[in-house]
Amino acid sequence: MKAELETAGVSTPLREPKNYFTEGGRTLASWLLTTDHKRIGLLYLYSLLFYFAIAAVAAAMMRMELITPQGDMVTSDTYNKLFTIHGTLMVWFFLVPSIPTVLGNFILPLMLGARDVAFPKLNLLSWYLFNAGGLLALVSVIFGGVDTGWTFYTPYSSTYSNSHVIAMAAGIFVAGFGSILTGLNFIITVHKLRAPGLTWFRLPLFVWSLYSTSIIMVLATPVLAMTLALMSLERIWGIGIFDPKLGGDPVLFQHLFWFYSHPAVYIMILPGMGVVSETITCFARKKIFGYHFVAYASMAIAILGFLVWGHHMFVSSQSVYAGLMFSLLSYLVAVPSAIKVFNWTMTLYRGSISLKTPMLYALGFIGLFTMGGLTGLFLAAVGLDVHVTDTYFVVAHFHYIMVGGMVTAFMGGLHYWWPKMTGRMYPEKLGQLAALVMYIGFNLTFFPQFVLGYLGMPRRYHAYPPEFQIYNVMSSAGASILGVGYLLPLIYFIWSLKHGKKAPANPWNATGLEWQTPSPPPKHNFSATPVVDKGPYDYSAEATERELRDRLTAEERR
Amino acid sequence: MTFPLFPTEASDAAAQTDYLYWGLIAISSVVMLIVFVPIVYFIFKYRRGKRADRSPVNLPELPIELTWTIIPTFIFVGLFLWGARVFWHNQRIPPDAMPINVVGKQWMWKIQHPEGHREINELHVPVGRNIKLTLASQDVIHSFFLPEFRIKQDVVPGRYTTIWFKARRVGTYRLFCSEYCGTHHSAMIGHVIVMPPAAYANWLEQGQPGNTLAQSGERLYRELGCSGCHDGSTVVRAPPLIGLFGKPVPLNSGEVVIADEAYLRDSILLPARQIAGGYTNDMPSFQGRINEEQLLEIIAYIRSRGTANSEERTANQ
Repeated sequence: MKAELETAGVSTPLREPKNYFTEGGRTLASWLLTTDHKRIGLLYLYSLLFYFAIAAVAAAMMRMELITPQGDMVTSDTYNKLFTIHGTLMVWFFLVPSIPTVLGNFILPLMLGARDVAFPKLNLLSWYLFNAGGLLALVSVIFGGVDTGWTFYTPYSSTYSNSHVIAMAAGIFVAGFGSILTGLNFIITVHKLRAPGLTWFRLPLFVWSLYSTSIIMVLATPVLAMTLALMSLERIWGIGIFDPKLGGDPVLFQHLFWFYSHPAVYIMILPGMGVVSETITCFARKKIFGYHFVAYASMAIAILGFLVWGHHMFVSSQSVYAGLMFSLLSYLVAVPSAIKVFNWTMTLYRGSISLKTPMLYALGFIGLFTMGGLTGLFLAAVGLDVHVTDTYFVVAHFHYIMVGGMVTAFMGGLHYWWPKMTGRMYPEKLGQLAALVMYIGFNLTFFPQFVLGYLGMPRRYHAYPPEFQIYNVMSSAGASILGVGYLLPLIYFIWSLKHGKKAPANPWNATGLEWQTPSPPPKHNFSATPVVDKGPYDYSAEATERELRDRLTAEERR
Repeated sequence: MTFPLFPTEASDAAAQTDYLYWGLIAISSVVMLIVFVPIVYFIFKYRRGKRADRSPVNLPELPIELTWTIIPTFIFVGLFLWGARVFWHNQRIPPDAMPINVVGKQWMWKIQHPEGHREINELHVPVGRNIKLTLASQDVIHSFFLPEFRIKQDVVPGRYTTIWFKARRVGTYRLFCSEYCGTHHSAMIGHVIVMPPAAYANWLEQGQPGNTLAQSGERLYRELGCSGCHDGSTVVRAPPLIGLFGKPVPLNSGEVVIADEAYLRDSILLPARQIAGGYTNDMPSFQGRINEEQLLEIIAYIRSRGTANSEERTANQ
């Protein structure tokens, strides 16, 4: 409120204040060759939207096909290609990069009080690698698609599939290097570019979560690259690694694949947890409860996440004893996630809670992530997993984590930092409405899938027995609501760029360093390097209430 | 319109799995109440602009954090133990189980009964008997899934996997392939037909195949020339196969392995890998010369030549 008063004078300036849009050129080349982390963040936003749109259309077509039990809308091959496009693009070209490359790139240096990331040119290279990979993936789609599923299980992918596996694998391989470089860049940025006084335990939790994510990116992604390379060697030259007909071991592929892909699940959720820690505190006007525990929980998830890959393989013919160990470890990795949820809940206690759009998304995240996490306990119980693995139960579970968790957090973060990124406010009422629509649509889409899974409907089925129809119809109906929930923000965000209210420097009255510079920030972020002398989340619910009451009485008197 | 929530419980394993499921639903519901009730309450009570006591309190952070770290850990370990128990039970194949072979290939299930009956996408079994399935794949990975029995096992090319069940009610139940295996993955489905013992005996009677599985295997055994060395040749010394099945075999490497299906399979396809003690590596590989079904027939023949008294292997591997 104070900030609003301060910036009230900005509404009638003749000249725009300097910002990263106006400084450094307005040409296309000035964007494509930029090394400004803020511009790169926006470049990522555009690319991600593009891949998300393609993958979402694939999902819509699948949900349409599944309304009836017969495979009557598209052929089996087309259906198989649709879920492969949906999975590969969503995982590697949307979820893995989503929060780190868009919000992370934009906000991380601002949060640290830095002028940019540690290696700005490397940052631009990451974006090009990412898109080179995306282009290869699209080439494989345009030339007829891939039908292996996003998991590329051998020997199907290496020997039997007649689709464009190599182009897709190459795309993921190349994009992976973008991921590794981003991780490297972030780790070094956090180590070296913190503002004076910004000690490790004064870092916002979003930084901690990006730091943990970056560690996973750097350590796990090379394993994926090697795995896909080995699979390609077998496919192109018949070098026997995974196909038993060539002397290989098909289950070895699964070990290698999940050694990356399980930690990758945490790449797809940790940054979301970071966003939630920022928004919950800001909109409850409370210091986070148990700061150290939330920070350590991120690190614990990053480390334990490397030890649980075998829980994807309980029925793969992996040894019984290995199955039991992986089950135990999977339960242990659930502990730090539970700690986070409890701490967020406790943070609301004695707060001054405002249900602005970012807060709605944060609360939605807690609800959906908790559901996803709890159903994870079902899957970690090895005796139960035998029944539900490879069914729609698993599909529902990981969509609760990745869409309910990560996409919800991404939307929340986007609303929260939109004023900072663009200098404009989004329409609040519409934002709240979209959040609600998304929440309802999401639950209607994915909750019935838990039931479907327990009833035994296997995933990746183009046609299915009629007794499963009712839940599929519910799920498809939900998906159309969810679609509206995604389209609304797209429309009003674009609208807000021109017509949105001008954003003050600190519309939420938040405490992070990113709010201490104008919106949008100037090219070099801060006119003077900020100095930090206290921890993050220096909020007071009481003070907020007092200011609100004072303002109301002042208005009444008028 | 019906809204089924559970598949029929058609096997012993099904009830155990469902108890675990109910247990998890109960615990999850409690956790959700613990999280969501306070959140909703706080949102109403501390909504901005509403009068409430917001004076900062110094809660004892460490004890609170430890409480909600340690209690969940104990609950989680308990759930692990429960899940492990169900799993362990399902993995231990009873020694008296009736063996049936299943070969998965794109996109069908081929079944071989020891009596020589062959089926495609249908498996007839008697109610109340322990049935052990040996699963093999001719091409890619498939997964043998019987939702009404709550069991599932991947069928992996290049190795045998096993699964067992005891059907406890007569009826026809779904069989799905649950590991994506290519174009017609969703058409790789079938049925398990559970019959009363008398009807099952009748079904066996009526089928009247020419040969039992072991007899088919014996014919292959002679055609492929196995008998030339393994049945007392004076020129080549090869291990005798009588009474071999299920017996511990000392290897040249010093290891001792059990002569089960997996060992016999490897010995036929990859003979150089595990050489029985006192013998040399003389046997040619039959990789590519026989298919999965023939391989299972030969193994059925070797099995028919007498088994050791030792118990059937229990675990999966």
